Amino acid sequence: MKFLTVLFLTALLGYAAPLYFPWWSFAVTSFVVAVAIHQKGGKAFLAGFLGLFLLWGVYALLLDNANDHILSVKVASLLPLGGSTAALIFMTAFIGGVVSGLAALTGSLARGLRAS
Amino acid sequence: MKLLYFIITAASTLALITVLNTRQSLGGGSKTPRLGYFLSPQKGFWQNAEATDADFSADIKSDELQGNSNVYFDDRLVPHVYADNEHDAFFIEGYLHAKFRLWQMDFQTYAAAGRLSEIMGDTVNGTSFIGVDKFFRRLGMVYGAEHAIATIEADPETKAVCDAYTAGVNAYIKTLDESSMPLEYKLLDYKPEPWTNLKSALFLKYMAWDLAGGEEDFAHTNAMSVFTKQQYDLLYPYSGDSAVPIISLDSGRVFPKADKAMPPADADSLYFHFVQTAAPASQEPKPERGVGSNNWAVAGSKTKSGKPILCNDPHLGLNLPSLWYELQLSTPAFNAYGVSFPGAPTVIIGFNDSCSFGFTNSGRDVRDFYEIKFKDSTMQEYWFDSTWKQTTFRDEVIKIKDKADDTEHIAMTVFGPVMYDRSYPDKLLSGKAYACRWLAHDSSNEIRTFYKLDKSKNYGDYLDAVSTYKCPAQNMIFATVAGDIAIKQQGRFPLKWKGQGDFVMPGFDSSYMWRGYIPDSANLVMHNPQRGFVSSANQMPYDTSYPYYQTTYGGGAFYVYRGYIINRNLSKMQQVTPEDMQQLQTSNYNVFAEMARPLLLQYINESSLDADGKKYLDLFKNWNLINDPKEQGPVVFGVWWDSLMTTTYADEFAQSKLPLVWPDESSLLDGMKHDSAFMFADDITTPSRENDSDCINKAFSKAVITLKGIEKSNHLEWTSYKSSAIRHLLRIPALSRMDLYSGGGENIINAHKKFTGPSWRMVVEMTAGINAYGVYPGGQSGNPGSKYYDDFIDDWLAGKYYKLLFVSQEAIAQEKNLKGKITFSKS
Repeated sequence: MKFLTVLFLTALLGYAAPLYFPWWSFAVTSFVVAVAIHQKGGKAFLAGFLGLFLLWGVYALLLDNANDHILSVKVASLLPLGGSTAALIFMTAFIGGVVSGLAALTGSLARGLRAS
Repeated sequence: MKLLYFIITAASTLALITVLNTRQSLGGGSKTPRLGYFLSPQKGFWQNAEATDADFSADIKSDELQGNSNVYFDDRLVPHVYADNEHDAFFIEGYLHAKFRLWQMDFQTYAAAGRLSEIMGDTVNGTSFIGVDKFFRRLGMVYGAEHAIATIEADPETKAVCDAYTAGVNAYIKTLDESSMPLEYKLLDYKPEPWTNLKSALFLKYMAWDLAGGEEDFAHTNAMSVFTKQQYDLLYPYSGDSAVPIISLDSGRVFPKADKAMPPADADSLYFHFVQTAAPASQEPKPERGVGSNNWAVAGSKTKSGKPILCNDPHLGLNLPSLWYELQLSTPAFNAYGVSFPGAPTVIIGFNDSCSFGFTNSGRDVRDFYEIKFKDSTMQEYWFDSTWKQTTFRDEVIKIKDKADDTEHIAMTVFGPVMYDRSYPDKLLSGKAYACRWLAHDSSNEIRTFYKLDKSKNYGDYLDAVSTYKCPAQNMIFATVAGDIAIKQQGRFPLKWKGQGDFVMPGFDSSYMWRGYIPDSANLVMHNPQRGFVSSANQMPYDTSYPYYQTTYGGGAFYVYRGYIINRNLSKMQQVTPEDMQQLQTSNYNVFAEMARPLLLQYINESSLDADGKKYLDLFKNWNLINDPKEQGPVVFGVWWDSLMTTTYADEFAQSKLPLVWPDESSLLDGMKHDSAFMFADDITTPSRENDSDCINKAFSKAVITLKGIEKSNHLEWTSYKSSAIRHLLRIPALSRMDLYSGGGENIINAHKKFTGPSWRMVVEMTAGINAYGVYPGGQSGNPGSKYYDDFIDDWLAGKYYKLLFVSQEAIAQEKNLKGKITFSKS
């Protein structure tokens, strides 16, 4: 339950913060969530990772479907990912996930420091 | 231990974010976008993935608007603007240009101003942006635009138009944030700067560069060191056999005395430096042909409806986003429809309730060079009319991304900027200094002409509208609902003596300066001619009896063949319909091949050919002379003709390692038709004397080898050989349309070449209410993530047209498939 709460909060705040701040501001919220609701390192990382992985992945998927893949095919040949829309969406989700996961892990470790 | 883990993790997180928030170098000067930002679905490129069913409706309020206006987007995303006053109409045009094309208009004005290094860096993947910037700065593009904007702003009407337009562009720019920024800004990581009237002037100077910026003065000067006068005249004739002028001269016409058109007495010793005898080295000359266009108008006497039909297709560089943006722009006082330039106000090519108008380029030479003798390396003084004259200086500061600024210290003379000097060597590497005299440096107000044409009601209004237009000179075609058709080559032309400005001129003697300008009364109008049509295709404006020197910026003959075939078709046609005109405009018939084939077949020695040679010759013989995509004949012809050009001229041209201008096809065709022992047919590297027959057979055997290679790589069909493409302005293949299935080509009415072609095809029947058709190879949106980015291209390739929706606000509101409505009102 805790895991899901963290995941949900990470995604929610990870969406809200960039509305007002730079793209990377979700890293700050993922960190704060991990400090506030403590989980062990591995779990914290995973919840943080999945929160953003799902947020960015689903958001990109929705935009891409509405766009009929017009732009994703172009960007996927530019980056280069061989024009694969799926690879581009995965890459988007993964990068969001890793940054958030690492920020959450840092949060978990920070909480650990204070507890000891 | 825990602390160490924490520190490592925190540091890794920050490092990762930093990397993802920085552009990474890919080598060669190119860089990735800031990847984290670029991939963020909330901020990056995903935000540019426009929903295919997007609705463009909005409610725009601005304190700069004066009334209430509506814009409806039709099913092709063409906006129909119903403004309640003129100011708001141009404000809205600026807003729409920015909304759909901001990056393109911004980028093009950076290019025109010599500022690309500011956003691109000095060199990327071998493209020297600093080189391009220096060129435009030294050419005086900003200098010219400053003069133009002063004139535009001195006219209250055009100032008001530009001010409203600029306010509209800036109103849109203000709405942008990180997420809504056009894709290219995200890719290159910079932000748009505020629009200004000067930027519109810069854009128009860019067009002047494209259409009237050519010169071959240095290459022609070099030609004098290799060729005799007789050879030169054969290579670059003043006119060609098949030349049909745009405007025929009435036999009784009296021109103003052209006594100013006498060369200076010392011209032979100081200027015409031809070698007396031809001497026998290797810069491979390249064929180079500029941009061109077609336009014609047919009188009611030749049409089925009894009303004139006007047609225009300007051939320009084809890019994405497209150069053109289509719109209907109306106020209670005027109602215009057509294509506009994102970056400038007004409708440029189009029509209104009573008139239609279009343009082709004149191609006349309005840019010359003068050799400047400076007293010393400080360039403070130069020798002019037997005295030392003071220069002034113009410092052009070029900002370079991630590098220190570069300053071009440009000396200014009575002629204009010293384009070439020791710091910026000329093409002939002479080490001398040359000032550039270019008509586009002068003050002028081209916006006025387009503005007045949009509002014109009759022939008199047309004459007034075009009367002040200076550069780039155009063949301005016109037709009215009342039944008039007319064409005038309008522009300001320097009054030159024969040969003046074909070569670089002495800059120390005022007698070599331009002798004023050809009076506007000698820019003739052809109005309702007996033959029932007017037309132009960049050919010679008048025949050689015209008392003024008319020369192209290429220094050779004007284009010949498109003008010839258009007139031949129009003369024969009766009961013309808009469909007939569409067919003519998209015709792939190769009249040049029609004229050249008999010559080639007359001399080819069939019995000496092997099986491959016979096969290709049969393909050529049986070809229907049409450059359709699947035809193989055009490839055989093209390769043979190129081979013939090389076989004929390469030996003579190898005499100079410096740049020379490759002759026109017409020079070779006419030359060989006149003389079976054409002077250049002889290969000067052999002791024997070759004639046309030798040359043509040798060219064919070389062509066969090339053709075998082409066939082996499966490129024998015209479309695949030509491999046309419409490229994104940044030349990124993923954002371009490559390998298009297309016909047409050089010297063909459908002048679709590799990267250039009919950039807007328009057919307007002047019946009540106007019956108009048009298409351009692009789409209304500049966003590569929009389905409207390139959606016209396939129809354009197939020769299809769209019926243009020229309707009232009441009628458009009833249209189905509208893509939205924007209301503009005063806040």
